[in-house]
Amino acid sequence: MSQIDLWYATRATGITALVLLTATVFLGILVAGRAPSSLPAFARADLHRRISALAVVFLAVHVLTSLLDSYVHIGWWSVVVPLVSGYHRAWLALGTVGLDLLLAVGISSVLRAHIPARAWRLLHWLAYLSWPSAVVHALGMGSDARFAWLQALIAVCAASVAGAALWRALVAGRARAARPETIIRARRSLRVGAAEGAGR
Amino acid sequence: MKLLLDPTKCDGFGFCAELLGDVVALDEWGFPVLAGGNLPAERLRAARQAAKMCPRRAIQVVP
Amino acid sequence: MTVLQARPGTARLTRRGATAYADHTAAHGPLPLPDRVGPAWQQWLLSAVERSGLTGRGGAGFPSATKMRLAASAAGPVLLVNAMEGEPASSKDHYLLAVAPHLVLDGADLVAAAIGASRVIFCIPNDRRSAAAMVAAALADRRELAAAPCQPELALLEPRFVAGEESALAAAAAGKLGIPSFRPDKGVPLRFGRGAALVHNPETLAHTALIARRGPEWFRQLGADEVPGTCLVTISGAVARPGVAEVETGTPVRAIIDIAGTCDAVQAVLVGGYGGSWLGGNSLDVPYAPTPLRACGAVMGAGVFIALAPRACGWRETERVARFLAAESAGQCGPCVFGLPAIAADLGLIADGRADREVLDRLLARCDQVAGRGACRHPDGAARLVRSALVAFGADLRSHLSGAPCPGSRLLALGTLPNARHEASRS
Repeated sequence: MSQIDLWYATRATGITALVLLTATVFLGILVAGRAPSSLPAFARADLHRRISALAVVFLAVHVLTSLLDSYVHIGWWSVVVPLVSGYHRAWLALGTVGLDLLLAVGISSVLRAHIPARAWRLLHWLAYLSWPSAVVHALGMGSDARFAWLQALIAVCAASVAGAALWRALVAGRARAARPETIIRARRSLRVGAAEGAGR
Repeated sequence: MKLLLDPTKCDGFGFCAELLGDVVALDEWGFPVLAGGNLPAERLRAARQAAKMCPRRAIQVVP
Repeated sequence: MTVLQARPGTARLTRRGATAYADHTAAHGPLPLPDRVGPAWQQWLLSAVERSGLTGRGGAGFPSATKMRLAASAAGPVLLVNAMEGEPASSKDHYLLAVAPHLVLDGADLVAAAIGASRVIFCIPNDRRSAAAMVAAALADRRELAAAPCQPELALLEPRFVAGEESALAAAAAGKLGIPSFRPDKGVPLRFGRGAALVHNPETLAHTALIARRGPEWFRQLGADEVPGTCLVTISGAVARPGVAEVETGTPVRAIIDIAGTCDAVQAVLVGGYGGSWLGGNSLDVPYAPTPLRACGAVMGAGVFIALAPRACGWRETERVARFLAAESAGQCGPCVFGLPAIAADLGLIADGRADREVLDRLLARCDQVAGRGACRHPDGAARLVRSALVAFGADLRSHLSGAPCPGSRLLALGTLPNARHEASRS
């Protein structure tokens, strides 16, 4: 495989992964916000999972081809450790950070049945940090970012996720907040301890 | 084998009712009402899928 | 809170009450707890409680020995004394703590020894500092007792209606949020941290302290066969002398109300607390015991009796209680969180005279929908309340449904309920 092929593969798989991750996040927001749809809700959730799996595959190839490409040196460590690479340090680091966060999201989802629900929830929200990192990484890495078609593609991705997030915060969030507020906010119970003066 | 629902976890997503419409119905607020009793053998696979798909892991298949 | 005189001879807990430990042992005899507790003594106590037929006095009425044995099967369980008394119309537990705290503490010591408890935690609501002070004083008085297995700790907990539910109490006492957990298998002991817990009402423990001294046969001399002994009841509402009384189980409800003195004929009585049932007319002659009450759609509950004045509107009062129950939901389970406010709203329509047959059908359907679908029995209580209202206030229902509510629907007969802010949320 020539250097050029590897380079093209890195760019193509990267862009594809970004589009797939955008679709993943978009669908995830719709599921969580319970947007009405013609597709049954469980099917949309299932689609979210399958597309995320596909995204991970493309992402893996993207990482592999970028490492194998000896035209620029990207060491193995920089896959998961940010800012150690000499090449486009800052932009690559964002990709690394995005990948780290995505690994947290993905692994916690695979092990979902075995971790506490709250932990899973918190880790899954890291997707909101992971996805923007990927977007900025794509814009900053340079190879295709100067082309209008890629800029337009990224703009569409950004607009769809931003729109969905806004919808969820304002519309769906309001509807859920209108539920009767009856959860007990318990102050931690005061322990008076063993009876006064107990010294057994 | 039957379905066991933990009402404290359930958040009314309704996936279980979509997958098991003959065994799980939804009340007027979107929460599942279980038919009770044992699951027919041919619905076991769908029931396991429903348990896996539940976003809150509220429903399980138990002996 | 006054103690009312019931039939002579029924005052077991309320007789010769003593706050000083010396007076207590003078009146009742020493604590029958050996210095070294072995398995033989433990079995003796557990079978004494079993043969006495003692059932829990906290509202659920579960056989006490069964619960004790289940907890004893776990290692180092924690005994939780449930003095939360979240039922607004109940004062009997705090009354008992004021008048005979040492009976309760004796019971706690005995049960703790019998189940091999590692800790005893006395759970009191954090807005009842006087009760906490009384218990603390009584505990200080008992310090010279060498035989007590563990020194009870006091825990002041958030006072909510559901906080007295067993699993909610165990969670709160362990430092977590005091809301019920889902327990599909009651054969597994209640969880407390990494171990097990046993929850008992103070009155149950007081009875245990007397059973250990006088024996199970003595205990069975009074009361109904299916729930032997005496029980404390709190009588309030449209009565001349509201207060706490000790009665034999199986006493007719009407006779219990009469202890507090009724000036007018009582229209109906709310038995079992806010999640209980209305009894009216001939049902008031039913004996206060599980089987006869069940036939009238009622349960014993924690000895709460609220009399409704003749001119009050049963539907308005039911609505107010239902709104209270809705506000006190732990907020975990969908059918309760959504169903109870909807039920209260339907009751409001009926009380206002703005409901028709359709609203009534919808109300009954909703009661069927919420019952049994929560992690605890809170929504079941609301459903039971509504169904009993249908029977007790059936005659009024007709005029309400035809748009002519009774004048009493504008009165507030049960007095101000706690959580008055929920009055303001009525649409």
